[in-house]
Amino acid sequence: MPLLQIAEPGQSAAPHQHRLAAGIDLGTTNSLIAVVRSGVAQTLPDAQGRHLLPSVVRFCAEAPPLVGQAARDGAGADPLNTVASAKRLIGRGIADVERLGGRLPYLFVETDSAVLCIRTAGGDLTPVEVSAQVLMALARRAEEALGGPLAGVVITVPAYFDDAQRQATKDAATLAGLPVLRLLSEPTAAALAYGLDQAAVGVHAVYDLGGGTFDISILRLTRGVFEVLATGGDSALGGDDLDRAVADWVLEQAGVAAPAGPDGGLDQGALRRLMQAACDAKECLSSAASADLCLDLPDGHRWFGTLERATFEALVEPLIARSLAACRRALRDARVSAADIDAVVLVGGSTRVPLVRARVAELFGREPLSGIDPDRVVALGAALQADLLAGNRPGDDLLLLDVIPLSLGIETMGGLVERLIPRNTTIPAARAQDFTTFKDGQTALAVHVLQGERDLMADCRSLARFELRGIPPMVAGAARIRVSFEIDADGLLQVSARERTSGVSARVEVKPSYGLSDAQIESMLRDSWSHAQEDQLARRLGEERVAGERVLESLRAALARDGDELLAADERARVDEALARLQATLVRPDAFAIRKEVRALERTCGFYVERRMNRSIRSAMAGHRLEEFDQQTTNT
Amino acid sequence: MVNPAVLDFSKNYFELFDLPLGFTVDAKRLAERYRALQAVIHPDRFAVAADDEKRLSLAASTQVNEAYRTLKDPLARAKYLLDLHTGDPGTDSETSKDGAFLMEQMELRETLAEAQSSPNPRAAVATVLTHLVEQSVALDKELAGLFALPSPASLQAAREIVRKLQFLDKCRRDAEELEAMCDGRY
Repeated sequence: MPLLQIAEPGQSAAPHQHRLAAGIDLGTTNSLIAVVRSGVAQTLPDAQGRHLLPSVVRFCAEAPPLVGQAARDGAGADPLNTVASAKRLIGRGIADVERLGGRLPYLFVETDSAVLCIRTAGGDLTPVEVSAQVLMALARRAEEALGGPLAGVVITVPAYFDDAQRQATKDAATLAGLPVLRLLSEPTAAALAYGLDQAAVGVHAVYDLGGGTFDISILRLTRGVFEVLATGGDSALGGDDLDRAVADWVLEQAGVAAPAGPDGGLDQGALRRLMQAACDAKECLSSAASADLCLDLPDGHRWFGTLERATFEALVEPLIARSLAACRRALRDARVSAADIDAVVLVGGSTRVPLVRARVAELFGREPLSGIDPDRVVALGAALQADLLAGNRPGDDLLLLDVIPLSLGIETMGGLVERLIPRNTTIPAARAQDFTTFKDGQTALAVHVLQGERDLMADCRSLARFELRGIPPMVAGAARIRVSFEIDADGLLQVSARERTSGVSARVEVKPSYGLSDAQIESMLRDSWSHAQEDQLARRLGEERVAGERVLESLRAALARDGDELLAADERARVDEALARLQATLVRPDAFAIRKEVRALERTCGFYVERRMNRSIRSAMAGHRLEEFDQQTTNT
Repeated sequence: MVNPAVLDFSKNYFELFDLPLGFTVDAKRLAERYRALQAVIHPDRFAVAADDEKRLSLAASTQVNEAYRTLKDPLARAKYLLDLHTGDPGTDSETSKDGAFLMEQMELRETLAEAQSSPNPRAAVATVLTHLVEQSVALDKELAGLFALPSPASLQAAREIVRKLQFLDKCRRDAEELEAMCDGRY
């Protein structure tokens, strides 16, 4: 939901107004929301004082979904309707599920696209919708604590998430009605939380082993500017895998593995309970030398066993080794050696495992830092960034420069991939490539975009097919179609195309390989509003009203400043009319209508915004010394 | 002392960073100017601004990133300078005309190919990489002189050196991939 904010560059529209912004760590296992209050970042607890919200949603036939601890507690009893670790599925397709070991106890259903769909008692749902539920629960928590709707959020994503996974995360926020200020990489968020605390200058490594993903980032901090030098990881390696290693050991010890199939013929409920027990054992072994486990067998007996720490370490050693290989590659990409690293930060609950700490210390030749709770550090960093981006700290010159984690390429003849934007390129970034037509009169062109480091298309990750339409018909080979690939500060890709000889821009239709189209999102939004419970409806209405009022206030302030100067009489009349329409709609109890009217107002006033923008950029940049420009921005 | 650049898309990358036009670049100054520019125009500074401001910020920040990337890397910088001086950055399809150089490159590639089966692959690859770096550094020194006094002849010579640097660069990247593989499949 884009807010129309008519502002001077670098200055917030209403400087006296503190915007309610929050940072969200949307984790595989647990999620958190944090805000900055009185200059200090803090995570927000629920009514029971719990800061972590399990990323588990239970969908029921006749009742609203249950999110969090209540859902998790019921997972063993209702495994098919209780979705956990949706983050492992977001932005993925059916084929990935098989690759993830098929240990996900859900009913996946076929759809006409490659998007995953899970059949539950509450309907057929995509991982995006599941994550949206978690986001909504967190947003409610923040709104109750802060006393108002959130103006914007920063949501963290693994640094190694590809475009499809990032876009899906943003889609989840859209469904939850949350304006996203930035998608922030988890390691960068953690570095932010540590960097500010310790005012550090130097080169840092962030080792982030979460529930489902592993990230390693190498960053350089220089007087408030954080530059990511390189990032790497494995978006299918996490604490869940350590749990699975323990679970597999239990199955083997209990003698149920091979003959009855990989899951030992256990039903879904028993499997979920086993995974939970494995997780508990892993946590126990962080401080104890052994952990007891039991398993209910299909034949009714119960197996008892003890897992020694040494055995556990042997089981998980290969997984940790994988993470270290990713670390070495990131060091190489960053062109630094392990000895050059000034500090190593540990993030993620799984870094509590003593063997993980030991191996990381070995690689970097120093004890890692974990002074900030590894479960909370990412959310805290996100809150700091949210506070900054919302404009609540004018004059603060903290800056995060992140990178794209995977090379971006296009499919070329013979199923090969030509890499256009290499991994670890600082974003925002852009590259242009020229194409031409094969047939006389060809008016459309398809470009298949992928991410990955391999040369064969089949080994890379398909992002989307972009269909460029409206190319002026010419002789084959005569057209010069310049396709621009732009990666924004969220790491998301936009494609545009222009035929250079005629100057005609092509219409670009995006067909995401593992994502939802804009039309699908819109329709989901409409569906969720029509099925929503009354209190949810009321909340949405409140949100849209606040947004609408903000837009009206900004516009009125701008008109007061320069409306007479910049607008002709008939233009002013049009703007005033649109203003009045929105004003009238605000009193109606129809959130959707208000949203539509805000959009219409933005469209109507687009030309006015452009005029104001051009004027302020002209005066701010043209003919001014860069230092003076720096001065102005830091003084606002 | 200060000759500031203005964020104007018609300026070349050197002007953008307020650096003298030439192959030799003060890396520290380049990095400082880069950070100073991004601190002002990066999209994070416009997270709650109007759509048009966001678009402009995105374009400007992208431009600054591209300029920095180009000037930071000696090969990219050399090609950019060739482009500025002659309108032609030099393409990958042109090969070096220096027979001795090409022979040397073939030998290096053979060494790389044999490295995997050698008793100590890591060390073998490291040796090749050191050699490549030494050669690149030497060629960079030559380029500095040639670009300092650009003339049709010196630019012609510079173009030939860029071709060689391209070879070395490709070889270096292959060597690094091999090094990564020695490290265990990653």
